[in-house]
Amino acid sequence: MSQDTSPIFGNLNWNVTPYTDLLRDVNSSTIIGAGAASVLVLGAIATLALLTYMRWWGPLYRNWLTSPDAKKIGIMYIVLGLVMLARGVIEGFVIRAQQATALGTLTQEHKVGLVAPDHFAQLFSTHGTIMIFFVAMPLLIGLINFVLPQQLGARDMAFPVLNQVSLGLTAAGAGLVMISLLIGQFGTGGWTMYPPYTGIDFSPGEGVDYWLWAILISGMGSTLTGMNFAVTIFKERAPGMHFMRMPLFCWTSLCVAIMLIYAMPALTVSSGMLMLDRYAGFHFFTNAAGGNMMNYANIFWMFGHPEVYILVLPAFGVFSEISSTYSGKRLYGYTSLVIASMSIAVISFTVWLHHFFTMGQSAGVNIAFGIATMIIGIPTGVKIYDWMATMWRGRVRITAPIVYLTGFFLLFVIGGLSGIILANPSIDYQVHNTTFLVAHFHNVIIPGVLYGMLAGIHYWFPKAFGFRLDETWGRRTAFLFVGGFVFTFLPLYVLGLMGMPRRSPTFQNPDFMPWMYIAAFGAVLMLCALTSLFWTFFTSYRNRMALAVPGGDPWNGSTLEWSTPAPVPEWTFPRIPYVAARDDWGERKRAGDPWKAPQQYCDIEMPANTAHGLLIAGAAFALGFAAIWHIWWLVILSFLAIPGVLALRGMRVIEPKVISAAEVRETDQRFRHLATTLAPITRAEEESERNRGVPDISEFAG
Amino acid sequence: MSENKLYPGLNLGDGHAEAHEQAESTVFGFWVFLMSDLIIFGILFASYASYLDPIGIAGGPGPSDLFDIKSVAIQTGFLLFGGVAYGGVSLAVKYEHGRGKVIAWLLVCALLGAGFLFFEVKDFITQAGKGGVPQASGWLSSYWLLVGLHGFHVFSGILWILTSVAQIAFRGLDDVVKVRLSMLGVFWHFLDLIWVGIFSFVFLVPLA
Repeated sequence: MSQDTSPIFGNLNWNVTPYTDLLRDVNSSTIIGAGAASVLVLGAIATLALLTYMRWWGPLYRNWLTSPDAKKIGIMYIVLGLVMLARGVIEGFVIRAQQATALGTLTQEHKVGLVAPDHFAQLFSTHGTIMIFFVAMPLLIGLINFVLPQQLGARDMAFPVLNQVSLGLTAAGAGLVMISLLIGQFGTGGWTMYPPYTGIDFSPGEGVDYWLWAILISGMGSTLTGMNFAVTIFKERAPGMHFMRMPLFCWTSLCVAIMLIYAMPALTVSSGMLMLDRYAGFHFFTNAAGGNMMNYANIFWMFGHPEVYILVLPAFGVFSEISSTYSGKRLYGYTSLVIASMSIAVISFTVWLHHFFTMGQSAGVNIAFGIATMIIGIPTGVKIYDWMATMWRGRVRITAPIVYLTGFFLLFVIGGLSGIILANPSIDYQVHNTTFLVAHFHNVIIPGVLYGMLAGIHYWFPKAFGFRLDETWGRRTAFLFVGGFVFTFLPLYVLGLMGMPRRSPTFQNPDFMPWMYIAAFGAVLMLCALTSLFWTFFTSYRNRMALAVPGGDPWNGSTLEWSTPAPVPEWTFPRIPYVAARDDWGERKRAGDPWKAPQQYCDIEMPANTAHGLLIAGAAFALGFAAIWHIWWLVILSFLAIPGVLALRGMRVIEPKVISAAEVRETDQRFRHLATTLAPITRAEEESERNRGVPDISEFAG
Repeated sequence: MSENKLYPGLNLGDGHAEAHEQAESTVFGFWVFLMSDLIIFGILFASYASYLDPIGIAGGPGPSDLFDIKSVAIQTGFLLFGGVAYGGVSLAVKYEHGRGKVIAWLLVCALLGAGFLFFEVKDFITQAGKGGVPQASGWLSSYWLLVGLHGFHVFSGILWILTSVAQIAFRGLDDVVKVRLSMLGVFWHFLDLIWVGIFSFVFLVPLA
């Protein structure tokens, strides 16, 4: 950054792309860098070409990007999460490939392993950032957006347009991380970006700023999402949907909402302070002038630890739904699951210090947080027993979600136990900063979050698109993810105990090699799993006629979302249902004739489409990008654009879109008629092509 | 919607039934947003306390060199009377005193807020002149961020008041605007609450 800042282009110039590095020096590291940038560019060009060729721009804009419908917003979140998942898994593969070829590269002059050390540091930083903020968060927020209003018997979220803004902000953050592949470099401080290393003295340049702006912008989006979920659950439930009648997925969503509201501000503060340090010479976390970098670790993890449970609780909600549905039984221990979820949500705010036991606070403080950490294992254990008891003596169908659930049982318990080991400060001193820790958190996050989200996507997919996902390929994907996990991460426990530090681009001990090769093989399986996942979507789409379930209830479910057709209409329910019991749809099946039509139909008011979210997202992306590259005129312009857009919308009277009673009646009665003509199927036939989404209700005993 | 589920803070009376229903979730959502905002201030208060020691001050100018308690008292007066003035807005909406009265009270609030900001910025400039810039020490960084962020909130509040005035003038005092006014009221009083914390912990504690 020795050159002057241009008034128009800021610090941007032709030397910031990885192609310049490739021209300067051709080696495996620069080839990978340029290759990744090329994939991004070609992918973007291919997408634009496809949209133009298929004439999809109009439909994309009208039906998706400007839609305030929570279900569509949820689907867009999930698409974003899956795209980012592809990048994250590939980066993980490169990380493992690097370490499998990195023996002894420290002492050799011209051999650096697969990628250069600085490039490796960018890889693990983006991998972590992407997987937490742009894979796990979009997947869970997307799933909640899609499912929550349907399960609550609500038309939509409490604030549909705000929801659009949240999606836009998350996408803007993801866009910043993606564009760092092509323009400039990402930070090298890991996904936590601890100062003082990430301060301006040690990390000049755009890398850390990419992280800061991406996190700040998407973090605002997540805070607003949390408010939206909370208000929806408190205020928009259907009449009769008491708290203790809510499906468990709604309860875990409520926990997530509360945690987002109270945890995200800490991330906003820590990144805001680091930003002031970097841009304005403040001294929050610097070495000199009274800065205190320990404050960063504290504030960051005040967010970071609740975040872990924000990630895992929606998956717990999914597991509660699928263990009950696919076993044909009522959920065991509903009340205990509710209490356990809420306990986890509360206790998760009291354990953040276990992320830095070695930072130098007193032994007494460490012990207090160590005990709190062990206590949080208790409600989690309660849940595992509840799900197992739900499946006990049920007629369990081994569908893809159940494969994920079983894999979760086996693996998550191992991960939880290694967490209890790490919660002991004296052991933590021995293994902190080794791959033992890396193995631990992947061991809880992959089974706990990824499996849960993929199981949930498989479970609710028919509700969104009207056809099931291919079970065989779904199961193959699940087995590959389970196997891939076992081979990739269990060796890292051993390596950690042998003394392999985390985030290291090289090592000198030949004893590590067998374990490194096993882990690299596991990474290959993970790539296969990713491919298989996308193949599942593709092959199911090709067979969509055979897999279609217009009856809308392919799994003989018991919660409200299964009472509507698949794909679910924009207005979800023709009349807001009156809820008389927990698992209301199941009760109506028991009472017989669940598909009874409502007595009368009324006009339905839906929020009108608007480009509001797109405009805010565009301004936020421009603001972040301009600030990263010090393009000050654009910073000012886009910063003023945001309140400008808000004020203009405030001046207008927004009329809702009205769907006439006649249209609702026609669509609904067509569905009711269809449901009576389709042949009901038993649970045993669920996987066959005879499954048209109308289950045999006489079989509904659960 | 039954009577007992209505949002109590709006207190609009019988003529405002539809505004009541919207207020139910909208104003509640705004309260939730403010709780989130309150966490931001809470962490900044804690940070301020952690930098308020000789290490954090790092040989730079300290509280007794920089703080002018008389000016802080004047600011407090402006801000708290601004809060009282918002009561005028609420009453004018509730008893339908007409758009002119609502706008007049809103402008009184904006003026009092601007008075607060005038003295606050004057203090900041004086402090910077004495070497108390945020780049001088960790303590000053946290002081400027905490007090500055509150000041920025007041500034945003004034902008919000002005846009509300524009909305009342051009689109009228419809239900949506009424609900927004009740949110603005919550926000405006929230700023008083934060200021009470700042007055006590930021200014009085180190001077005591």
